[in-house]
Amino acid sequence: MKIHEYQAKQLFSQYEIPIPRGAVANSPDAAKSEAETLGAFPVAVKAQIHAGGRGKGGGVKIAKDPAEVEKYAGDIIGMNLVTPQTGAEGQPVKRVLIESGLEIEKELYLSLMTDRESAEVLIMASEAGGMDIETVAAETPEKIIKVYVNPLSGIYPYHCRQAAFGLNLGKDLLKPFSRMLTRLYKLLMEKDASLVEINPLVITKDQELIALDAKINFDDNALYRQKDVAEMRDLDEEDPLDVEASKYNLNYINLDGTVGNMVNGAGLAMAVMDTIKLAGAEPANFLDVGGGATAEMIENGFRIILSDRKVKAILINIFGGILRCDVLAEGVVKAAKNTRIDVPLVVRMEGTNVEEGRQILAESGLEIQTARDLADAGEKVAALV
Amino acid sequence: MSIFVDADTRVVVQGITGKEGQFHARQCVEYGTNVVAGVTPGKGGQKMDEVPVFNSVAAAVDKAGANCSLIFVPPPFAADAIMEAADAGVDVIVTITEGIPVLDMMRVKHYLKSKPCRLIGPNCPGIITPGAAKVGIMPAPIHKAGGPIGVVSRSGTLTYEVVYQLTAQGIGQTTCIGIGGDPVNGTNFIDCLEAFEADPETKGVVMVGEIGGSAEEQAAQFVKERMSKPVVSFIAGMTAPPGRRMGHAGAIISGGTGTAQGKVEALKAAGVHVCENLGRIGELCAKVF
Repeated sequence: MKIHEYQAKQLFSQYEIPIPRGAVANSPDAAKSEAETLGAFPVAVKAQIHAGGRGKGGGVKIAKDPAEVEKYAGDIIGMNLVTPQTGAEGQPVKRVLIESGLEIEKELYLSLMTDRESAEVLIMASEAGGMDIETVAAETPEKIIKVYVNPLSGIYPYHCRQAAFGLNLGKDLLKPFSRMLTRLYKLLMEKDASLVEINPLVITKDQELIALDAKINFDDNALYRQKDVAEMRDLDEEDPLDVEASKYNLNYINLDGTVGNMVNGAGLAMAVMDTIKLAGAEPANFLDVGGGATAEMIENGFRIILSDRKVKAILINIFGGILRCDVLAEGVVKAAKNTRIDVPLVVRMEGTNVEEGRQILAESGLEIQTARDLADAGEKVAALV
Repeated sequence: MSIFVDADTRVVVQGITGKEGQFHARQCVEYGTNVVAGVTPGKGGQKMDEVPVFNSVAAAVDKAGANCSLIFVPPPFAADAIMEAADAGVDVIVTITEGIPVLDMMRVKHYLKSKPCRLIGPNCPGIITPGAAKVGIMPAPIHKAGGPIGVVSRSGTLTYEVVYQLTAQGIGQTTCIGIGGDPVNGTNFIDCLEAFEADPETKGVVMVGEIGGSAEEQAAQFVKERMSKPVVSFIAGMTAPPGRRMGHAGAIISGGTGTAQGKVEALKAAGVHVCENLGRIGELCAKVF
């Protein structure tokens, strides 16, 4: 799960990690009065959306007086911000973060993440702050310092020193840096974050370390024990069909193609998307109904696929294991009765109770093409679009 | 022969009185697996059908001689269950549970380093040596006993599809292992490839991977340097968009790494027979093996 910069900074502030003074505003008026409260200019007016690269799309402005704050906030709030990460359709901006300007001496990069290969917390730091870290990693990997922390023993001063010396920090910054890094580690562990990133982390002219930006991602599997984090979810930042599907415990991702598909199991669902593509068509979605799907879940899956107007045909591929083929077939028939299915349907079933399932479909009176195997299913559905 | 589980495997099911645990424990018993005990804290002394239930894994090991654990415990309690099994001294811990927090698994992984046990999973269908032992949730009838092919996979139903096609071609399996779809897991591809290479009955391996991480690339390196037996592979997610989690917690392309294309190239360069069309993997195996 992702959160906004202002929410990440609220968490930083809880953990006493230094951030610029600032406040969030959802109207030009509020932005102006927040800026006046801050008292000093210039201030930054920053669009709050989940995607990165906001500056490149015109979502970050520096205002020198209250009138400019009001103007920039007016421009940004309500705009459809297109950044390299939003895709061409962009993302509407609902609020801005107003922050005191800083006198910056140097920009650094600092992040912590759960690293799948080592099963440790990976700290990455670089003197090339403010740049896209993936570019730095690709072009000048020697500029990235990596420090691994074993989650059982936790973070020690030597980890912090390793990062600090790697960043060529002066002696006076060693202590505040170590304190900050230790708190960031604590935040990651206590809040089940998968990534905590500060880019840039700035050293001001007064030799203070301040998190100018803040990004935190969380482990979805841990949200059950992170109620305050779960409350920060912003559904407006997600695809409405994805949100609808998540209500029914369906794993759905909307894509650009025309062949809707429903599969049990994530790996098989990806493989079915690939099969559709190989047959010459494009998948309209990823939909994994899971191992233990019920007839209701199948029906809901259908409704979600059909509410995507791009869909010209649907392929259902179920390998019955825990989910029995007869349960699937009942779900399909029920969905067909309750929803108007106005596109052709290809079904491929195999596994537990497959004969019963086929019989239910055959007796339903529905117009369904059955496929004898996966390759056949892909070809049949591709021929329909 | 087989790897990791066989007819001598004595299984304790953790979470045996829960809905899933009970259903699948029965399926395993029906298959002929030696299910010697169950564990549900607080229900020690009861029975699930003929299977004695204990309060702890230690008691199941002590009193029933369990040497393999099968875990159905819900995510909030799964890390605890795995470490309990490891402490009790079982050799193999198969964790079916999906949705365990990553930080929990990171701690578990480091904890297990000091224990002489093997973790399979989590978020996996388990492991089956057809005709000898099923320790998991896979549909048994699609398998064919007697080998000569080993199967290892990150995905559940995708493995069933592959096994189904193998059996349809008359190709039996020595052992089929699901290593799970989570970013941090126990047994990895290389562990399984190494064991299959050493198993005299296994003549070839099917390896099923998917987007995310670099386990397939590492496996390719291993195949190139250390394997004499032929390997067929399929990688799911050629059409998966970057940055999106495709169902499995570990199936995500991030920062340009973990793409299906990259994995396929690495495997091809290592001499692995890569199948691009899943619907034809059975035919390819019939040709290669």
